[in-house]
Amino acid sequence: MGDMIVNELGQAWNEFARALAHLLPRLLALLIIAVVGWVIAYVLKIVVRSVLRLVRFDRLSEKAGAAQLLNTAALPSPSELLCQLVFWLAWLGIILAGISSLGSPGVQHHIADFFLFLPRLFAALFMIFLGMLAASFFARAALLAAVNSDLPSPQLLSDAVKVIIVVLAVSMAFEELGLAQRTVLIAFSIVFGALMLGLAIAFGMGGRDLAREFLERRFSQTRLRKKRADVLPPL
Amino acid sequence: MAEEDILSDELLRQLISVGEVDILVGLHTYNHAKTIGHVVQVIREGLLKYFPRERVAILNADGGSQDGTRELIRAAAISDSRSGSGLATLRTLHSISSQYGNAPAPGTALHMVVAAADLLRAKACAIIAPESSQILPDWTDRLLRPIYREHFDFVAPVYRRHRFEGMLVTNLMYPMTSALFGKQIREPRPSEFAFSSELAGRLLGHELWSADAGRLGPEVCFTVEALSDGLRVFQTFLGPKGRLEQQSPDLVAALRQTVGPLFWSMERTGATWQAQNEIHAVPTAGPEYDLTTESVAVGGERLHQMFCSGVVDLEQVLKSILSPGTLTQLQHAATLQESEFQFTDELWVRTIYEFAASYHHAVINRDHILQALAPLYRGRAYAFLTENSDASPEVFEARIEALCSTFERSKPYLLELWTAMEGGS
Repeated sequence: MGDMIVNELGQAWNEFARALAHLLPRLLALLIIAVVGWVIAYVLKIVVRSVLRLVRFDRLSEKAGAAQLLNTAALPSPSELLCQLVFWLAWLGIILAGISSLGSPGVQHHIADFFLFLPRLFAALFMIFLGMLAASFFARAALLAAVNSDLPSPQLLSDAVKVIIVVLAVSMAFEELGLAQRTVLIAFSIVFGALMLGLAIAFGMGGRDLAREFLERRFSQTRLRKKRADVLPPL
Repeated sequence: MAEEDILSDELLRQLISVGEVDILVGLHTYNHAKTIGHVVQVIREGLLKYFPRERVAILNADGGSQDGTRELIRAAAISDSRSGSGLATLRTLHSISSQYGNAPAPGTALHMVVAAADLLRAKACAIIAPESSQILPDWTDRLLRPIYREHFDFVAPVYRRHRFEGMLVTNLMYPMTSALFGKQIREPRPSEFAFSSELAGRLLGHELWSADAGRLGPEVCFTVEALSDGLRVFQTFLGPKGRLEQQSPDLVAALRQTVGPLFWSMERTGATWQAQNEIHAVPTAGPEYDLTTESVAVGGERLHQMFCSGVVDLEQVLKSILSPGTLTQLQHAATLQESEFQFTDELWVRTIYEFAASYHHAVINRDHILQALAPLYRGRAYAFLTENSDASPEVFEARIEALCSTFERSKPYLLELWTAMEGGS
């Protein structure tokens, strides 16, 4: 009995030692891959940062208004954000490639899914970036047009334009990622519908005078001429 | 657009049948049937009276008029030697009309006239505004003679104006153009002007025709090109420009037609205006200015109110265009009551120079920069109106000259801004 127990324990220990001997080099390899991956990702980050500085990416983003948006959201500059993204994606990708070398079929399947997901992630991020640029541009255009037309609450109008475009861009990004598609679609429809209904009610009922004035200005040339007569021609 | 593209086959055929001319008069029209008949008749009378021996042609570039404008112009052609007014011509007077599109485009129209002038080898070419109801026969002589007889290259007009008419010209275009290019041209955005074959040749392949600035305000680009190229420039007094209420007060459109092209032209002519240090008077036929003082209805309170609300609402936009010091001063001005309101020459000049530098560096969309200037111009216009409400023409003129001096004195600041951002980025 005693011999049997000792024998079994010995066998278990041998199996554990064999598994450990099998696993340890792989773990070591993974550790080396992680360290090398960190170095590669870091170098990549520096290269990307240099390229972005060369093409004046931050200035382009400033012009487009993306930098101000990120600043408002307490995020780093657009080029720094992109560098960080490249670094983490590169490092994570290399580590996952290293994990796949451990040889577990389940893990390999998930890693393959992750790499297939990357293009969609980039597309979604690109959509959000473009959406933010468009939102900033059109919000400023709306603000300037409203101020120069002497419309009431130009800031509110500008903010509404920005919110609509950002919500649209985020919804498209989620759609691309395949995350909660129906929820996002429904949420967008509710937000957009509520906004339009709110504007319609506010304009039609709350701002009856404004609506009347707008329509008169649009269709009645006599009133327009009367209003014009009190401003001196600039040229 | 290339020369061969701007002249349609139909127009080319008409021009070839005309042959060479000495003088060409260009008219850009769009539904001007109410005034064009009179304008063409007066031009014709002037040509017959002052240039009876010259080969002349009238070219109309039409933006798609639906009211018979083109027919009225074509009817002005004279194929015999006697006109209705009893004046005799020794040559045929051709009158050509060509439609370039279905909407008015001043740049395309002027490009067409310049291309035709070059093709016809016209020695002198005048542009006349079709709505110039106050036109007189001697306008053609006043505009064309300096080019045709005295070999000047560009003739700009001087108009009799109400002292508060055209404040964008008196407060910005005239003083800034003078300070930049060292020549005092009263109307840097002329409705009527004339140019030589040399200037036409230089401008034919110019990039202005394909730029937004050139499409919207080619007259300003024309003036700047004449000033910066060292060509011989002349001014001629034409009389009253027109009645106030006939003109459009759309400020943003006016800024796009004047300030936009001026800022755009500054980019191209940097080497010239940066080296220019002195202001010289331009030879002028007639008075250099003629101001009237009759009373006009002015909505001053609205200007003040739109300035104050504009500065508050556009704070974020103005932050990206103006320096913190200038913005603070403007914000302070926006808090003042109407009775205490001030917009000094120094603040106005700093504001304009910072806008010009921001346009150059394209800190935001360039059209947005021009639009953001509108509320600030309103503030300046209000201050100028209240300060000069009782000023005599002489006092008023002295104030305009003082503003010119401020623009000239502050030019180093513009140069600093112009190059500073380039170095910093």
